[in-house]
Amino acid sequence: MTKPKVATTSLAGCFGCHMSLLDIDDRILKLVELVDFDKSPVDDIKTFTGRCAVGLVEGGCANEENVHVLQDFRNHCDILISMGDCATMGGIPAMRNTIPLQECLDVAYKTGVTVYNPDNVVPNDPDIPLLLDRVYPCHEVVKIDYHLPGCPPSADTLWEALVALLTDKPMELPYELIKYD
Amino acid sequence: MTTTATIGTKKITIDPVTRVEGHGRVTIHLDEENNVQQARMHIIEFRGFERFILGRPYWEVPVLVQRLCGICPVSHHLAAAKTMDRIVGGENLTPTAEKMRRLMHYGQFFQSHALHFFHLCSPDLLFGFDADPAIRNVIGVAKDERYADLAVQGVMMRKFGQEIIKATAGKKIHGTGAIPGGINKNLSIQERDMFLKDIDQMVEWSRQALNLAKNYTVEHLEDLASFGSFDSNHLSLVREDGAMDIYHGNLRAIDAQGEPIFDQVDYQDYTDYIAEEVRPWSYMKFPFIKSLGPEEGWYRVGPLARVNACDFIDTPEAEAARKEFMAVTEDKPNNITMAYHWARMIETLHAAEKIKELLNDPDLQGTDLVTKGERRHEAVGLVEAPRGTLFHHYQVDDNDQVTMANLIVSTTSNNVPMNRAVEKVAEEYISGKPEITEGLLNHIEVAIRAYDPCLSCATHAMGQMPLIVELHDACGNVVDKKTRD
Ligand code: SF4
Repeated sequence: MTKPKVATTSLAGCFGCHMSLLDIDDRILKLVELVDFDKSPVDDIKTFTGRCAVGLVEGGCANEENVHVLQDFRNHCDILISMGDCATMGGIPAMRNTIPLQECLDVAYKTGVTVYNPDNVVPNDPDIPLLLDRVYPCHEVVKIDYHLPGCPPSADTLWEALVALLTDKPMELPYELIKYD
Repeated sequence: MTTTATIGTKKITIDPVTRVEGHGRVTIHLDEENNVQQARMHIIEFRGFERFILGRPYWEVPVLVQRLCGICPVSHHLAAAKTMDRIVGGENLTPTAEKMRRLMHYGQFFQSHALHFFHLCSPDLLFGFDADPAIRNVIGVAKDERYADLAVQGVMMRKFGQEIIKATAGKKIHGTGAIPGGINKNLSIQERDMFLKDIDQMVEWSRQALNLAKNYTVEHLEDLASFGSFDSNHLSLVREDGAMDIYHGNLRAIDAQGEPIFDQVDYQDYTDYIAEEVRPWSYMKFPFIKSLGPEEGWYRVGPLARVNACDFIDTPEAEAARKEFMAVTEDKPNNITMAYHWARMIETLHAAEKIKELLNDPDLQGTDLVTKGERRHEAVGLVEAPRGTLFHHYQVDDNDQVTMANLIVSTTSNNVPMNRAVEKVAEEYISGKPEITEGLLNHIEVAIRAYDPCLSCATHAMGQMPLIVELHDACGNVVDKKTRD
């Protein structure tokens, strides 16, 4: 029997949720008994190789590419999980939602104290995805099946949730594992 | 593998760059004969931390800014805390506070370097740059009976470092330990004894990892000497006596021959020495040493730069390893990109030695945790993060609100070098080849990975977009790109 597949991605996140997933430590060896990894930044699979049982999404949507990747995950994954506060509600990057984007760019490229920009240019290229007007939580873009809060969710939270899903057990996380910080 | 014809040229995209931390993309433009015309690494995210942090209370900053990066949150936590120490006039920390922070920082070096070496890079070194991508990952390493033990060691080393961070910062990722003027806990006897039980094993595994990296480099020296390599300046913090110090010190910059560009510079004055250029053809800012100008002044940071720049390392085994490392280039700076791995493992052993030293220091059980003094309105805080010198600079007003923030993250300083490495490898391995395979493209990623770029950090204020769109527009707006498959 072929093993179910798990895919992961980081959108507008800090990679901390992925690091927390690695914090399951040696349980990772048990995890790969249960599943194969498909598209993920921790391996070299850059496009989906097939249908996945579970997709773990870190980070919300801050640019058009995030939206495309998220839609791609929805299309390939039976169960899609928002992992962490950024995916669940935008998180710290969503602090920019109250500020005009142009102001963020000006600070980065024009007014910052170490900026050297004699021509006053702001670079521009088609290889950089367009920014969205604000940072969106994943469930405002596609349907999300589960939300795992935490910044990041603890390794135990991620482990319990994944094992429950992959072994067809009900996902009953104890109270201590549901935290927002 | 797909290539597309754009106006007169073909373009290859490596998207996303994998087994690095964060989001990046490489584009290579080729002419009809597959000659490389341009190769660049792009950072494709923008977050705007320096703007949205304005108006927040200063004590929030050390906790908030680490959300820049979940791989080295401790570095941002500490750089921000060191800045806020000065804001509250508490920069002369109590011994307990300083040593707890140092322990946290060495724990982070230990876990971050282990993660990079074992989880991300070892597949390239063990299986070869063009091995089957299906096994070219840490699980492939773990499943290979020749290397299974090694993979487990890597996992356990990272775990040890993460546990140190948890014991000093409260949480493995995004902790709260450092506060303006000090630390919010000490190390309990139970915590200490738990680590003391394992530390000798960690030192031993660090020795083995160092040997692996050293032997790999020495055996492949001839090939690696040219692989994505070039002369460069190097920048690092060093202690007053010239020792490597990752938590505190002054700035030193040397050129490719080891001649000083500046030395023992107080980093409060960093804006006199370092600037970041914006160039119209790139999305990333380019830090440079002001006295040399934007063309000549770029530099490398991180393990290679630190080992090159310091006069010595103050732990015996790492110092012996440093001497061996420097002997390869006859005590001149080592400019080989792939030597980063070796240098990184010297630092890993150094971190293990330092952790052992600190664990045996009774100051860690002290109870005097916080100091403060006269308020300031502006300060700069630097640490050496695992990936290189990290600059935080804030102004705070009388209402305790942040009014200015400027960050130069480690990976930004390595932007020019990484792009050079990408160009060189593309020239050497891609240019003119009739067929461009996945394995050849991985060579480019191998060169990028040597720098251990933290693209999460680098996105704090990078990436630029032609215009700002609404969500519904964005869905239909496809940038011309092709992905290798
Ligand atoms: S939820 Fe926290 S840990 Fe996860 S990506 Fe966001 S900031 Fe990072």
